[in-house]
Amino acid sequence: MVMLWTDALIYLLLLTLAALGFYLRGKEHIKRPLQKISSSKVGMVSLVVLLFFVLIGLLDSIHFIPSNSKNNEIISVLDYWATPLREHGEKTYSAPFATTLYSKEMQTLPDGTAQFGYPTLRFGGSHLTDPTTQLLPDLLKKTAYGLFQGASLSSFFMLLLFSLSTKQRERFKRSATAKTVWAVIFFIVSLSYTLVYLSAYYHVLGTDKVGEDVFYQAIKSIRTGLVLGTLTTLIMLPMAIIFGILAGFFRGWVDDVIQYLYTTLNSIPSVLLIAASILMVQVYMAKHEADYTSVIVRADMRLLFLCLILGVTSWTGLCRLLRAETLKLREMEYVQAAQALGVKQSMILLRHILPNVMHIVLISVVLDFSSLVLAEAVLSYINIGVDPTTYSWGNMINGARLEMARDPIVWWSLSAAFVFMFALVLAANLFADVVQDAFDPRRAGND
Amino acid sequence: MIQYILRRCLYALPLLMGVNILTFVLFFIVNSPEDMARMQLGQKHVTTAAIQNWKQQHGYDLPLLWNDTQDSAKKLTETIFYQKSVGLFLLDFGVSDSGRDMSTDIKQRMWPSLALALPSLILGLTVNICVALMMVLFRNTYLELGSMVLCVMLMSISSLFYIIGGQFYIGKLLKLVPISGYASGVDAFKFMVLPVIIGVVSGIGSGARWYRTLFLEEAEKDYVRTARAKGLSETQVLFKHVLKNAMIPILTGVVVVLPLLFMGSLIMESFFSIPGLGSYTIDAINSQDFAIVRAMVFLGSLLYVVGLLLTDISYTLVDPRVRLV
Repeated sequence: MVMLWTDALIYLLLLTLAALGFYLRGKEHIKRPLQKISSSKVGMVSLVVLLFFVLIGLLDSIHFIPSNSKNNEIISVLDYWATPLREHGEKTYSAPFATTLYSKEMQTLPDGTAQFGYPTLRFGGSHLTDPTTQLLPDLLKKTAYGLFQGASLSSFFMLLLFSLSTKQRERFKRSATAKTVWAVIFFIVSLSYTLVYLSAYYHVLGTDKVGEDVFYQAIKSIRTGLVLGTLTTLIMLPMAIIFGILAGFFRGWVDDVIQYLYTTLNSIPSVLLIAASILMVQVYMAKHEADYTSVIVRADMRLLFLCLILGVTSWTGLCRLLRAETLKLREMEYVQAAQALGVKQSMILLRHILPNVMHIVLISVVLDFSSLVLAEAVLSYINIGVDPTTYSWGNMINGARLEMARDPIVWWSLSAAFVFMFALVLAANLFADVVQDAFDPRRAGND
Repeated sequence: MIQYILRRCLYALPLLMGVNILTFVLFFIVNSPEDMARMQLGQKHVTTAAIQNWKQQHGYDLPLLWNDTQDSAKKLTETIFYQKSVGLFLLDFGVSDSGRDMSTDIKQRMWPSLALALPSLILGLTVNICVALMMVLFRNTYLELGSMVLCVMLMSISSLFYIIGGQFYIGKLLKLVPISGYASGVDAFKFMVLPVIIGVVSGIGSGARWYRTLFLEEAEKDYVRTARAKGLSETQVLFKHVLKNAMIPILTGVVVVLPLLFMGSLIMESFFSIPGLGSYTIDAINSQDFAIVRAMVFLGSLLYVVGLLLTDISYTLVDPRVRLV
């Protein structure tokens, strides 16, 4: 087992979330918004999709060095399971479900004559003897078979769950939301099972310039997107909360210093600050090349730095909101009563101010997530994003956008990246809306 | 009023100083002038004489912060930090690391940036307000629900998709406009159409949703209820009362970004190869030209500070309740 820096932080994040969940368990004021979220169809469906992405990301975050590895290569559990996908590399571009390469080339036939044509793929559809006639029936057969297997697998587990737990069964019968959620889970499991099943025989989303499977790239990119979206938050939250509350509570010179700090940071165009910092990281890494022996460790460091820098540039907005809220809260009767009773200031901050600004923190965290995932693609385009060797949707788009000029066009890399990114961001956006509705006290009276 | 403006300008000085120190530390803490010279001259086969020569030309042959060899006051002034900072504050940017005069470059490239950013802003604002007004006018109908869903979808699509898709569909397949490029004068129009449209479309999702919340917040206030009670129709209420009052936050939000329009958009300009300040910055980042990046950071912060000042002034102009003291 190998622990990369981002892995460690992800585990830390999970621990924090678990601790927070344990602490808030059964608290009355948190129950109402949670109930509101769980009764919303859109919210629960998007949560299921998000959790599905998170699951893949987590599988991709457990790294180890396989015992039979030749060159001490670090891989993740996901990589291990996707070994066939990793090793089924072709020579260059091939379309989804194709059996031949995208471009013609000169090849030697078994009888020694040279011919100019589309060479057959080494792995995609190699089990077919005559691809031109067999491809479509085989594809249909395999899809149906995969769908059937996936569907029966998920229905088996669902029936098992319902037969074991009467509570789940009752809920399923009564609530429409539960029905929708189970339908979505059924759909996702069946679909992904089919895709995985098919990808053993074909390149489901084609291959890229160096012949790597695009489906594998798109799946691997999920972790990068999630890491950027969540770790940046983890890094920025302490700064934003501490500075924001202190500035609002103590006012005076503390407020002045903190305001100066965030206005200064805010006034620098964030892209330029990120660019400047990434340039420096590059220079630093080039100088200390000996410290980063493995490609994956190096890429991981750069990803972490990117999170750090994005965190530093993005805490100012939340800090300003928290400061304004604290300014309002410190004049409230209960805070003044606590002060009059002689409660220590640190205690007031912890017991009375912090819990009452938490809804702002939560809302801004879910709102920021999707914009961070989108920002990654843009940053990678300017070459100041993640390391070029890291799998990310931005790198996929960046690598494929010049191929749009080809004829026939190479569309699969680009579309795969956009579709995956769209699914994640859409789910995050919808979920953010529901969370905002549930936790915003201004909207609490509406229902 | 004038006193207030003067005081704000004085406040801006420590701010800009902070930005300057921050970028200086960022650039020079890991990267010595020697490294920069090596980078610009090419990594291999560089003689020490060539490096010295380059440092002399670009003013990097001084100590960073403190010059021990000089007399009293010159200990501070004869340093890289002082020399480079003074230039920035006087808006005399000097020469870039690759040897070009930055002030002329910036003056020249400012206008294409503005030619792209200004129409995008105005058109985007109009479209967003219209869509948001429509959603508020037809609130609690399927039309609103549909447009809200559409807005969330538009918001979730990467901006790169709009650009690449637009270039491919309108530029390459339909051949309506050139895919990329720039020309000065009236000819610029045909090059500007596509980037402006793409800029507007990619902004509709978040923009219209944001303006909708502003309008809805305003529409729930007491004076709006009074207006309705007077017997005004819903359209009259919306256009005469709600729109006017909601324009205050909208306009002041726009004023903040007005000065920053000169900086242009990094992505748009490099995709459509428009020779503005955005693509200037991208080129500098890619060729690791620190002098240009530093100058652009400083310029950006300066314009932001100007934007903040303009916002405060515009508040007094549109909202008579606000007084600056």
